[in-house]
Amino acid sequence: MEPFVNFAGIVCPLDRANVDTDAIIPKQFLKSIKRTGFGPNLFDEWRYLDRGEPDQDCRQRPLNPDFVLNDPRYAGASILLARENFGCGSSREHAPWALMGQGFRVLIAPSFADIFFNNCFKNGILPIRLSGDLVDDLFKLAGGPEALRIAVDLVAQTLHLPTGRTIPFEVDAFRRHCLLEGLDDISLTLQHVEAIRAYEARRLAEAPWLFA
Amino acid sequence: MGARTLYDKLWDEHVVRYDDNGTALLYIDRQLVHEVTSPQAFEGLRLAGRKPWRAAANLAVPDHNVPTIERALGIVDPVSRLQVETLDANCAEFGITELRMGDPRQGIVHVIGPEQGFTLPGMTIVCGDSHTATHGALGALAFGIGTSEVEHVLATQCLLQRKSKTMLVELDGPVAPGVSAKDIVLAIIGQIGTAGGTDHVIEFAGEAIRDLTMEGRMTVCNMAIEAGARAGLIAVDQKTIDYVRGRPYAPSEALFEQAAAHWRTLVSDPGAHFDRVVTVSAASIRPQVSWGTSPEMVVPVDARVPDPAAEPDPVKAAGMRLALEYMGLTAGTPITEIRPDKVFIGSCTNGRIEDLRAAAAVAKGRRVAEGIRQALVVPGSGLVKAQAEAEGLDKIFIEAGFEWRDPGCSMCLAMNADRLEPGERCASTSNRNFEGRQGPRGRTHLVSPAMAAAAAVTGHFVDVRGL
Ligand code: SF4
Repeated sequence: MEPFVNFAGIVCPLDRANVDTDAIIPKQFLKSIKRTGFGPNLFDEWRYLDRGEPDQDCRQRPLNPDFVLNDPRYAGASILLARENFGCGSSREHAPWALMGQGFRVLIAPSFADIFFNNCFKNGILPIRLSGDLVDDLFKLAGGPEALRIAVDLVAQTLHLPTGRTIPFEVDAFRRHCLLEGLDDISLTLQHVEAIRAYEARRLAEAPWLFA
Repeated sequence: MGARTLYDKLWDEHVVRYDDNGTALLYIDRQLVHEVTSPQAFEGLRLAGRKPWRAAANLAVPDHNVPTIERALGIVDPVSRLQVETLDANCAEFGITELRMGDPRQGIVHVIGPEQGFTLPGMTIVCGDSHTATHGALGALAFGIGTSEVEHVLATQCLLQRKSKTMLVELDGPVAPGVSAKDIVLAIIGQIGTAGGTDHVIEFAGEAIRDLTMEGRMTVCNMAIEAGARAGLIAVDQKTIDYVRGRPYAPSEALFEQAAAHWRTLVSDPGAHFDRVVTVSAASIRPQVSWGTSPEMVVPVDARVPDPAAEPDPVKAAGMRLALEYMGLTAGTPITEIRPDKVFIGSCTNGRIEDLRAAAAVAKGRRVAEGIRQALVVPGSGLVKAQAEAEGLDKIFIEAGFEWRDPGCSMCLAMNADRLEPGERCASTSNRNFEGRQGPRGRTHLVSPAMAAAAAVTGHFVDVRGL
């Protein structure tokens, strides 16, 4: 995984609650056996006016002018702002792959669905939970005539607004460490091979049916 | 140790070690694998030159992409076919048991786990699929994971986890006759909301839950994820143990008795602390119908489509307006006046034998109504299908004008050929009514199997208890 580096980026305001992973990346694109190439199909049903199928050239497709991702103000946005329960529904990791493919590195919402939240960290995306009031404020700022540009500092766990305001955020220490270092979970776990083997030996004695 | 919840017990038994910051390395007893969320995980193993830690702890099955008709022809869609063939090849390469498309035991991953006894009480079970929560009905800690975690479990038999908070959802008595497990869980989600269980593992308890069959309990736990929970759980009792006995992967004889003695301890201790307790009035639950694009947008069948103008929370009201527009519904319309175009009976929520029996009891001697373009019955597994046929349920359905199909996910998510056309409305026994879930611009109403069958034979939603 690529290490997460502090950056400043444009905020794309997606003013919806309960955005589910089917909406983030519709099922027809899940048939791919790769990890990449999902970006153009991010929010496919909202983003384009025609029906999306795998392997199309999305640059030829009619865009939905009312969808926020197609608003020229937000071109090149790398921070997505949304409402409650973002990423609910299916466990598909294709959802963070698609967000990443589109260039989003940070997501901000009052709450995220659990599996999706986990999947983000595994893919170098930082989901930030802020209070509903703060999210409201950001929606107001991001919806203005000028795009809102926020600087994200994961080391200090702060967001910096152009107004000079600083917003602190919380992130689990271990996850932060992995993001900053770009660490692969599997190699970390394999440092504990002995502990896993010892656990298995103990369980085999206690509960042999688990290994039958 | 003080009084512990069922979740505490399952958690404690599976911690391999803790990190300094409190993250646990949790041992995973079993993993279920399907074709959609595994190809990139196997690819990761291959690239890193890793082998499965314990191949025998995994069981694979193709379900999302399989056709439910004319199987002998194979999978027509080349992209779907490649995904299933990739699963076959990966399982063969890594030595993982797979119930292939032609196997009589093939079916939806969450139906075959318990059916094969691969899911046992007290286990930790994962699958790259959010409805893994289903297996919690057996007193197992079961949850969905992403593809990176599928790879992690394949490679290490462990996951990095933080302990969740606990929530007790207690039904305060029995439900009225004719109220099903699906109605119970939809009513719970209607009450606590789709984010109500976020960060929590929910234990479902109370008389109405104890009264359910194992199939009914699986229906309830299946939808714990729709309440935002990490997992759903139901305490082990005699029904659980009787259900497991004799299944192909279950222990036998002396080992079974040893296991069963342990399983009986898998209940929350009296006085155990839950972070949140919600009481649901069981007697007031009526058959449910969802009206919107989130499972929390649900009302009893005798209610009307709600009015966003009456919703004080502006974010919620905006969501309701979008949902009404998407669903093509007007606030105030009686639910019983809504007429589906299609009916889908199946999925990992309601594709088990008991579900088919409930639907067949309604379909028996009746006909699918004029306005219904298609009524599908898709058994959850090959064994469910065989059992239903042995009981003559297939004949009842076919005589009534339903289509009797082969097992798979089918129109629950429409990755195969079974789907809604834009604008079509469906009475569906599945678990999600998200936009486009059953086909682009399709409109889903979530109901129980009996309610779906009732809508099929009358042409509109109706309280099945009055038929
Ligand atoms: S039946 Fe539906 S919810 Fe269940 S595993 Fe298949 S697609 Fe997922």
